[in-house]
Amino acid sequence: MESTLGQNLGDTHHAHGPASGIGRWLFTTNHKDIGSLYLWFSLLMFLTGGTMALLIRAELFQPGLQLVQPEFFNQMTTMHGLIMVFGAVMPAFVGLANWMVPMMIGAPDMALPRMNNWSFWILPFAFAMMISTLFMDGGAPNFGWTFYAPLSTTYAPPSVTFFIFAIHMMGISSIMGAINVIATILNLRAPGMTMMKLPLFVWSWLITAFLLIAVMPVLAGVVTMMLMDIHFGTSFFNAAGGGDPVLFQHVFWFFGHPEVYIMILPAFGIISEIIPTFARKRLFGYASMVYAIGSIAILSFLVWAHHMFTVGLPLAGELFFMFATMLIAVPTGVKVFNWVATMFRGSMTFETPMLFALAFVVLFTIGGFSGLMLAIAPADFQYHDTYFVVAHFHYVLVPGAIFSIMAAAYYWLPKWTGHMINERMGKIHFWLSFVGVNITFFPMHFVGLAGMPRRIPDYALQFADFNSVASVGAFIFGLSQLLFVYNVIVCIRGGARATDRVWEGAHGLEWTLPSPAPYHSFSQPPVVK
Amino acid sequence: MSTASYYVPPQSRWPILASIALFLLAFGAGNLMNALSAGASTGTGWLLLLLGLGMLLAILFGWFRNVVHESMSGMYSEQMDRSFRWGMSWFIFSEVMFFAAFFGTLFYVRNLAVPWLGGEGEKGVSNMLWEGFQAQWPLMTTPDMERFPGPEQIISPWHLPLLNTVLLISSSFTVTIAHKALKLGNRSNIVLWLAVTVLLGASFLVFQAYEYYEAYHHLGLTLHAGIYGATFFILTGFHGMHVTLGTLMLIIIWLRVLKGHFSAEQHFGFEAVAWYWHFVDVVWVGLFLFVYIL
Repeated sequence: MESTLGQNLGDTHHAHGPASGIGRWLFTTNHKDIGSLYLWFSLLMFLTGGTMALLIRAELFQPGLQLVQPEFFNQMTTMHGLIMVFGAVMPAFVGLANWMVPMMIGAPDMALPRMNNWSFWILPFAFAMMISTLFMDGGAPNFGWTFYAPLSTTYAPPSVTFFIFAIHMMGISSIMGAINVIATILNLRAPGMTMMKLPLFVWSWLITAFLLIAVMPVLAGVVTMMLMDIHFGTSFFNAAGGGDPVLFQHVFWFFGHPEVYIMILPAFGIISEIIPTFARKRLFGYASMVYAIGSIAILSFLVWAHHMFTVGLPLAGELFFMFATMLIAVPTGVKVFNWVATMFRGSMTFETPMLFALAFVVLFTIGGFSGLMLAIAPADFQYHDTYFVVAHFHYVLVPGAIFSIMAAAYYWLPKWTGHMINERMGKIHFWLSFVGVNITFFPMHFVGLAGMPRRIPDYALQFADFNSVASVGAFIFGLSQLLFVYNVIVCIRGGARATDRVWEGAHGLEWTLPSPAPYHSFSQPPVVK
Repeated sequence: MSTASYYVPPQSRWPILASIALFLLAFGAGNLMNALSAGASTGTGWLLLLLGLGMLLAILFGWFRNVVHESMSGMYSEQMDRSFRWGMSWFIFSEVMFFAAFFGTLFYVRNLAVPWLGGEGEKGVSNMLWEGFQAQWPLMTTPDMERFPGPEQIISPWHLPLLNTVLLISSSFTVTIAHKALKLGNRSNIVLWLAVTVLLGASFLVFQAYEYYEAYHHLGLTLHAGIYGATFFILTGFHGMHVTLGTLMLIIIWLRVLKGHFSAEQHFGFEAVAWYWHFVDVVWVGLFLFVYIL
């Protein structure tokens, strides 16, 4: 490595362009390369987790067991959840942060570029380990993505050990990634870029990174206690030794609820960038948007037990967590109001990113409302662990988080590649996704309210019709994502030249750079007025 | 706040190698634990684990050496220094949250779960699981004494733990004295007080190891001894691992001081270790209070 050092010394002005060959991607310290790696990895995981979802929906197309055994079905629901949460949504947002945050704040790169590379490259190894459990004796983890004890301890397959270590690796990756984002935003802003001038995507990521650093260690703690219970004879989650299985749920959801916001706050940021651009108006209520994200983040630490209303909490607990949860509707309402107010009397056009953003606002709000219903403790006794919950969180995650990622990709692809996207194909992708997503998830509200439990491979005949509708929708949605892959590849390979500003109404430092953005963004910091 | 001289390193092989090492370490640990629990041969597990660990240590050594060289050849601006400071502060915050999970576990078990199991409070109905079980803390009699035989005795806070408290708190002072000496440029004092800090940390570890030996061999306080043993060992165990890491870090900066590294103005590596050491110290105060005394 002495040679590297010699190279370092002659290279303080980072004039180097991308290296050639595979080494560019393995050894890179460039925020754009690493951002691309994250995004490609996320796409791969999205398709993997999506294939599992289609397997689940194929089995549920009809009542009775057709395709898979119940044991394997459980492994599929578990892996689908884990892969989508930790492999698809989170890395996609980190990839977007890597690409955009330095360009938006006028920084030369991320604050700690080598650690940035490490954060990414841990992920493929962690997921290789987790997915390899499918081929182990006893099969993959089958206890659901929430891995409640004692299912995940006393009754778990041996592969749970590898699952635990995979989670540890993902946690290390996330914490380092988040530290990097915070250090970049707090320390590398261009002169004049004060905190209250930060683009909202940057603000949302600053707060998300804080949430990540606060709760990923708690996840590490809870899986460590599982590991101790499984292999070292402790009784954290075993009442026979004085522990409590409910303790698992408390610690897990103390991580889990902020985690939910980790997967939606960056989406808020993206939508807050896109809507002003295509409404050709400044964002309505910038400061209130920032405070709303902050309040949501703070509240996220005080609401975890609303996932556990039926587990047997003291009455005071039920009440506290019910009211605290409902309080979240206030800052969220502020955000939705501000997005709508931004569009009010704007000169709107409906390019693909805007379509996804609009669908986000409407469909995410539906998911928010069903969340409000679930927050009502007495009503939750009816909804708990039914398909209503599945409908709720898929509404906030698929047309919520995933749509925002699609919107972001279409919005920034011209800046990344230098080519405009094919609007026609983008719109076809949007409409197929929009229709597919609603056909898939809307009927789940009905079967859920009627009492169909989640995580079962077979169900009562009364649920058959809505389930087959949902399955058809899932295949429409799933297959139309191949169009997204196609659109991205086409945009990389060619297309109409993108201008620097790309979109007529776009504002911000990233649009002052050429398209495609140069390998090193701002070697000289721009001055922000 | 100029970014003109912000140093962006060129390509590096360390991160990808470190990912491979971490993978071997994790995969080996998983193999080892599964083999231990299944009573199978542990050879592969140990091999992968030690290979991964060795690789990781070598890589971290090389990586940090790279950073030290860059720093000493003046490639880092003040702004870079601030990035390191933010990085270390947030890393310590993540460590705080890691311990918070275990402290939270302790408080929940002590104040809610065990009393409920003993029939007290709003969820006292849990007592029907083990009728006649009585809540107490420390939990000497577990609900199922055959599977989780409770401890016969617990550790008195006023012997070894008190001594360890004195040792760790004084070590926080000695490292501060060393830092002051560094700022004044008094090299021999830095070497002396850092050495004292290392010795204090090492003696803490020796006493802690002795306490574990006593717990296992004379008090019946083990990982199997129900929830008291579980919380006791996970809190003191992870703390002990952090003291071990902290002591290693102190030894490294001590060696660096001997080699003439660090100046009165620029010595973030030193400060980072000192911060970490204070953090470990504060966690111990929490442990002493909530695990040993109360």
